[in-house]
Amino acid sequence: MDIQRLISMANQIGDFYESYPNQSHAQHEIAGHLNKFWALPMRKQIAQYVNEQGGTGLHAAVQASIKAHLQL
Amino acid sequence: MDDIKYDKNIDYGTPTSQSTKQVTLTVDDREVTVPEGVSIMHAAAVAGVMVPKLCATDSLEPFGSCRLCLVEIEGRRGYPASCPTPVAEGLKVHTQTPKLADIRRGTMELYISDHPLDCLTCAANGDCELQDMAGAVGLREVRYGYEGENHLKSTKDESNPYFTFDPSKCIVCSRCVRACEETQGTFALTIQGRGFESKVSAGNKNFLDSECVSCGACVQACPTATLIEKTVIEAGTPEHSVTTTCAYCGVGCSFDAEMKGEEVVRMTPSKHGGANHGHSCVKGRFAWGYATHKDRITTPMIRKNISDPWQQVSWDEAISYAANELNRINQTYGKDAIGGITSSRCTNEEVYVTQKLIRAVFSVNNVDTCARVCHSPTGYGLKQTLGESAGTQTFDSVMQSDVIFVIGANPTDGHPVFASQMKRRLREGAKLIIADPREIDLVANSPHIRADYHLKLRPGTNVALISALSHVIVTEGLVQEAFVKERCEWDSFVEWRDFVAKPENAPEALSEALGIDAKTLRDAARLYATGGNAAIYYGLGVTEHSQGSTTVMGIANLAMATGNVGREGVGVNPLRGQNNVQGSCDMGSMPHEFPGYRHVADDATRALFESAWDRPLSKEPGLRIPNMLDQAAEGNFKGLYCVGEDIVQSDPNTQHVTHALEQMECVIVQDLFLNETAMFAHVFFPGASFLEKSGTFTNAERRISPVRRVMTPKNGGLEDWQVTAKLAQALGYPMHYNHASEIMDEIARLTPTFKGVSFKKIDEMGSVQWPCDDENPAGTPIMHIDAFVRGKGKFFITQYVPTTEKVNAKYPLILTTGRILSQYNVGAQTRRTKNVAWHDEDILEIHPHDAEDRGIQEGDWVGIRSRAGDTVLRAKVTERVQVGVVYTTFHHPESGANVITTENSDWATNCPEFKVTAVQITRVNQLSDWQKHYKTFSEAQLAYAGRDLEAAKIELD
Repeated sequence: MDIQRLISMANQIGDFYESYPNQSHAQHEIAGHLNKFWALPMRKQIAQYVNEQGGTGLHAAVQASIKAHLQL
Repeated sequence: MDDIKYDKNIDYGTPTSQSTKQVTLTVDDREVTVPEGVSIMHAAAVAGVMVPKLCATDSLEPFGSCRLCLVEIEGRRGYPASCPTPVAEGLKVHTQTPKLADIRRGTMELYISDHPLDCLTCAANGDCELQDMAGAVGLREVRYGYEGENHLKSTKDESNPYFTFDPSKCIVCSRCVRACEETQGTFALTIQGRGFESKVSAGNKNFLDSECVSCGACVQACPTATLIEKTVIEAGTPEHSVTTTCAYCGVGCSFDAEMKGEEVVRMTPSKHGGANHGHSCVKGRFAWGYATHKDRITTPMIRKNISDPWQQVSWDEAISYAANELNRINQTYGKDAIGGITSSRCTNEEVYVTQKLIRAVFSVNNVDTCARVCHSPTGYGLKQTLGESAGTQTFDSVMQSDVIFVIGANPTDGHPVFASQMKRRLREGAKLIIADPREIDLVANSPHIRADYHLKLRPGTNVALISALSHVIVTEGLVQEAFVKERCEWDSFVEWRDFVAKPENAPEALSEALGIDAKTLRDAARLYATGGNAAIYYGLGVTEHSQGSTTVMGIANLAMATGNVGREGVGVNPLRGQNNVQGSCDMGSMPHEFPGYRHVADDATRALFESAWDRPLSKEPGLRIPNMLDQAAEGNFKGLYCVGEDIVQSDPNTQHVTHALEQMECVIVQDLFLNETAMFAHVFFPGASFLEKSGTFTNAERRISPVRRVMTPKNGGLEDWQVTAKLAQALGYPMHYNHASEIMDEIARLTPTFKGVSFKKIDEMGSVQWPCDDENPAGTPIMHIDAFVRGKGKFFITQYVPTTEKVNAKYPLILTTGRILSQYNVGAQTRRTKNVAWHDEDILEIHPHDAEDRGIQEGDWVGIRSRAGDTVLRAKVTERVQVGVVYTTFHHPESGANVITTENSDWATNCPEFKVTAVQITRVNQLSDWQKHYKTFSEAQLAYAGRDLEAAKIELD
């Protein structure tokens, strides 16, 4: 898929959780949402983008969440 | 005593009463016990005594004008009319005495002296109450003659495409006028003139040009041939009747298909329909002619490339070709390259077998449904907060509401039969808050209804609105803390409360973004929180946004905080667009969930289905529709089985959708017509209409209603689930059912909330609302009564995040889209009916100020350009839309409304942001490039299937 599309979708999820007072919980929830609703090829692609290409354009919380909690 | 068993074939004359107090009286020596408040006529009917009547019918309040229903009551003087006279304890009523017979005969003689004596050639012959009453009272002569003044030469009004109005046959009983007022709530009809001059009038206009919405309530109520269906005039009276369920909107009205052999003569709303109680709208009542339209494709077709003409083949060849292609794609590209899409126009059973095929045959969860583009945020948001992906109430619950809050829904157009019920409650005095960028009819254009508050917000600011209202409720001490403490997760409430209480969520802070003054916001919030039973009704104006799911959760927060969940009159009510949106989601047509909303990663659930289906299943969520298209555009998704859905017309960014389809190698479309998606298909399986198959639909109130086959499928005899089963078989997966009921039995075995559902139960009860299980064998009208399905209700913080789809100098206006009463969704059905008399093209609504700036006048062709594409429509200059906002519908493919809409979507569900697109509008004098291309392309595609566009046009009289 177009990586820009995945970036903007992931950032939207990050935006929802941005106002949560407990940010460590929010980070669980962001990747939790991806694990639950994104197909594996999409998760693999975004993980690769974060881990191998630096994740430019992704919000910091989203990147951190993907690194820590995304299931592949 | 036992409740009265009402027989739907008996007209009790006047409505029943909700009173729990019982009254016993005697009618013609028969003792009868009825609820206090019913009429003597009603009690008599319960006792089996039919009092002669003309102006009374049990769907309407008593009127007392025809003077036929007179009775004698011992101890009372005179001859009171039995329809407006209430029962009383111990009354002794006589309905047949010599004196009454004289009076009735005299009255009938007067009626008949001004009525044509053409019974034998009259369309209502055999189905006429006037005829029946003449017989019942023993009328043998008319002494007045026909020389004097009469109405026999009155002109017939045939303007409505579906029914005629013949004033010469009118007895001025006012049933039509009262039906228009009480049942429909449109008040289009009146009695004009006095005495002999009295006549029914549609506001001095013909019916088509009047305010009439063609719901059919007047036709249903008319006791003579004055208002009668044109199909009955043509075909004669029906000889048998089968109760089934409408295939249009999410109200899910019950209809009696009145038949002559395998031909439908008319569809009449079923009096005992749980959702509609004998009412209907122009679509369900009249717009079923598409089922026999000559555009129907009834032979399977295949082709190698979409630039090839179609080749008609046998079912076996088509199934085998499709199976070989899917197998080839699976071997070449892998299972991730294959998926299925179902439609909310499918039955539960069809959806179930389709998702089963994809999951079991390919061990992949790439199966989605068109709820993706409408109510997927409802499923997500309500599951998160309340614990179940469904509305909380019955439609009837609205009759107990004190405050009705309509957000992003247009019930009079989208859900007309429920709107009539809502309007009845509003006329009784319930308060009304409307949040909508546009002035929908409920705001001030429905007789005797005026919204207390119209929150005319800017498109895309729903979450800000919910935050502002929540802020008022929290900071002004309007939270029902006892309810929250008992029923909800307190910690989540505290987080939410602290969040909405922040100054940035105050009405004063959000007023500018919303375009609503702070005082109005505060007043509306106070009314919702303190006005008594408050119910929220919402539609796609909530869900089809980048924050659709956030708004749904915000709505649930509001309802929980104010204690408005778990009883009659309150609740969170998603108005589902199509007939089976609820059902198609229930049936597991979501890439992350099995039937019953259980995640595919849940090992126990997956094991259950693996054992029942005898195949290994994937624990990975599959692709959603937009993901499938994105993957296809990149060459990673190649095979699609699309049942009943038309993604090319209904999904956003048409160019992206068609480009994606062009990259696929096997697109299988199963439909009634060569729809827009079929123009990009390689295999066409002709489908069966709702009149040609058995199954169930589940409406917006979780009501599972029967769809019954009344004619042989025109595609050679296959119901749609049978086609899917054949395809599964050809793919090497045995899928054998003898009847759709066996599919429901399997669903019930595997889905706890459906455990008690069966066709037998639906036959017995008429319909049943899930959850239906051992604890609730008769179903569950109201949910979350003692506890939420998830245990404790959970509050979610709902931060307003403005959409990235912003207006700027290049695209200074916001386009928002919606629906109109006479057309349905992509219009594949309604465009092939005479409903085009009301809406034969999509129009762009623009505010006079914006129109003047651009030199645009009513009726001008205007170009609409967004960053996705451009199209051309005719302009309607109206103040219904606000400055800066334009509006259109998407019922006609050549309009290209979705050429404009973008791929932006809801953060949680990928539901497209249909309601907000930044556009520029200019005056133009020719079609857009897309439209020109569409015209050439679609004509070629129709020719490939041997269809002629012009020949297929609906002719109006």
